[in-house]
Amino acid sequence: MTKFIDLTLSGISTGAVYAAVALALVLIWRATRIVNFAQGAMLMITTFIASAVISSSGSYWLGFAVALAAGLVFGAVVERVLIRHVENAPPLNAVILTLGLYTLLVAAAGMIWGNSPRSFPAAFSLQGYKVGATRLLFSPNDAFTVLVVIAVAGGLALLFRFTPLGLQMRAAAFAPEVARLLGVRVGRMLTVGWALAAVAGALAGVLVAPSVFLGPNNFDPILISGFVAAVLGGLDSPPGALIGGLVLGLALSYVSGYEGSALAPLAALVILIAVLMVRPGGLFSAAKERRV
Amino acid sequence: MLAVDDLRTHYGPVRAVDGVSLTVLEGSVTAVLGANGAGKTSLLRTITGLVPASGGRVTLAGEEITRLPVEEIVRRGLAHVPEGRGVIAELTVAENLRLGGLWRRKEAAPADEIYDLFPRLRERQGQSASRLSGGERQMLSIGRALMARPRVLLLDEPSLGLAPVIVAQLMGLIRRLADTLGLAVLLVEQNARSALSIANRGIVLNLGQVVADQEPHKLAADERLRHAYLGF
Repeated sequence: MTKFIDLTLSGISTGAVYAAVALALVLIWRATRIVNFAQGAMLMITTFIASAVISSSGSYWLGFAVALAAGLVFGAVVERVLIRHVENAPPLNAVILTLGLYTLLVAAAGMIWGNSPRSFPAAFSLQGYKVGATRLLFSPNDAFTVLVVIAVAGGLALLFRFTPLGLQMRAAAFAPEVARLLGVRVGRMLTVGWALAAVAGALAGVLVAPSVFLGPNNFDPILISGFVAAVLGGLDSPPGALIGGLVLGLALSYVSGYEGSALAPLAALVILIAVLMVRPGGLFSAAKERRV
Repeated sequence: MLAVDDLRTHYGPVRAVDGVSLTVLEGSVTAVLGANGAGKTSLLRTITGLVPASGGRVTLAGEEITRLPVEEIVRRGLAHVPEGRGVIAELTVAENLRLGGLWRRKEAAPADEIYDLFPRLRERQGQSASRLSGGERQMLSIGRALMARPRVLLLDEPSLGLAPVIVAQLMGLIRRLADTLGLAVLLVEQNARSALSIANRGIVLNLGQVVADQEPHKLAADERLRHAYLGF
């Protein structure tokens, strides 16, 4: 029973990170219909920046804040400088562009910071809580991870639901031409969408870095898991991304715990295929027709 | 209020709008009529900037707007209700309305003003716009456009798919909007009889060109035009 509880708590913690990455992918997908294959590399860069700030200042929280701010700026710049040119082009153009950006960022990180993985500090203790004589596989840092992801997802939900900016962003995502006819500056909304997505990605980076270490390619598995979580929840659904991330985190934790960690990537693939076969729109995406 | 001068639009080799000139005065309704493919929708889309003009000019209250971005044209007081009604189905009725007046900030029309005009929308304000009937969607599209207190209203086939009784009510409303708010209305319609019943001026398009520009009663009395282009 203790093992089940441990695996559940651990699954929630890693699921929160997947949820943050999935959220980043979903925000971009629903605004621009682009799967950002560079998301993993973008969050790797912001995490390296955070690491550099932490090393030079000694303050984890300054590094954390700089990572989020860098994500905000980075996402906006990528949209304005690169993505804007392919937003109305055939989908393959965006795929190639984001793959190219991924390659560029990974190579640049290797040249600047080296290819050897390095440690990254955690915000709080990594030692599990003690309940009676048992020490759980759930640490204060895991609790922080879960809470901060929930807070960010909640904040985004409030932004979209209750603010003029959120209303304009939703309109720009759902019906860009109609939105323009209502005076919405759609281009600006897309920039904001990419910026927010990059913040969610940057958050995932600093949260997961203590456990995967920091290196140019170390976040690739996180991107894959985030992608599976996004598909699981529905690429159009931010709440779906959150729940998809948690469900995937739990599923992979149980598979790792009971059947061995080598099976976890295979389990993610099986989940992805099962979702695409049974409910291609994802668990939380309303099925709707789309003109092609 | 709105002046279009020798406006031209090409889709590749096809001339969708071919040297169209017209004016729409404050407080008046100008009906643009013609068969499918005559260039009516392309004309409106070019005026609004959704399609780039190949030539000619559009002025709004004396200011040239021909090559401005759509959002800037809208922010100068032009509202365009597109064909197919253009409500955003993923938003609620209230959100659709709010969106219409956002850029006007405090100068936007209060939602209650629109609800007074369309009481059905008040009853359905919390519902998803996807659940509205065709007539209600049309009310929402027009109401949403009015939230920004525009000076010029472009309406693209507002009667499409509506029951005759709803069409009659809609045309009455459009006339009242022009009379009471002083709106300059450019009304694109295939339902020529209904459109001419409220218009101050009628323009007939064929293959992107103006083939007639007259007072409505003269258009309706011209048997050749009626049979060739107006379908009644």
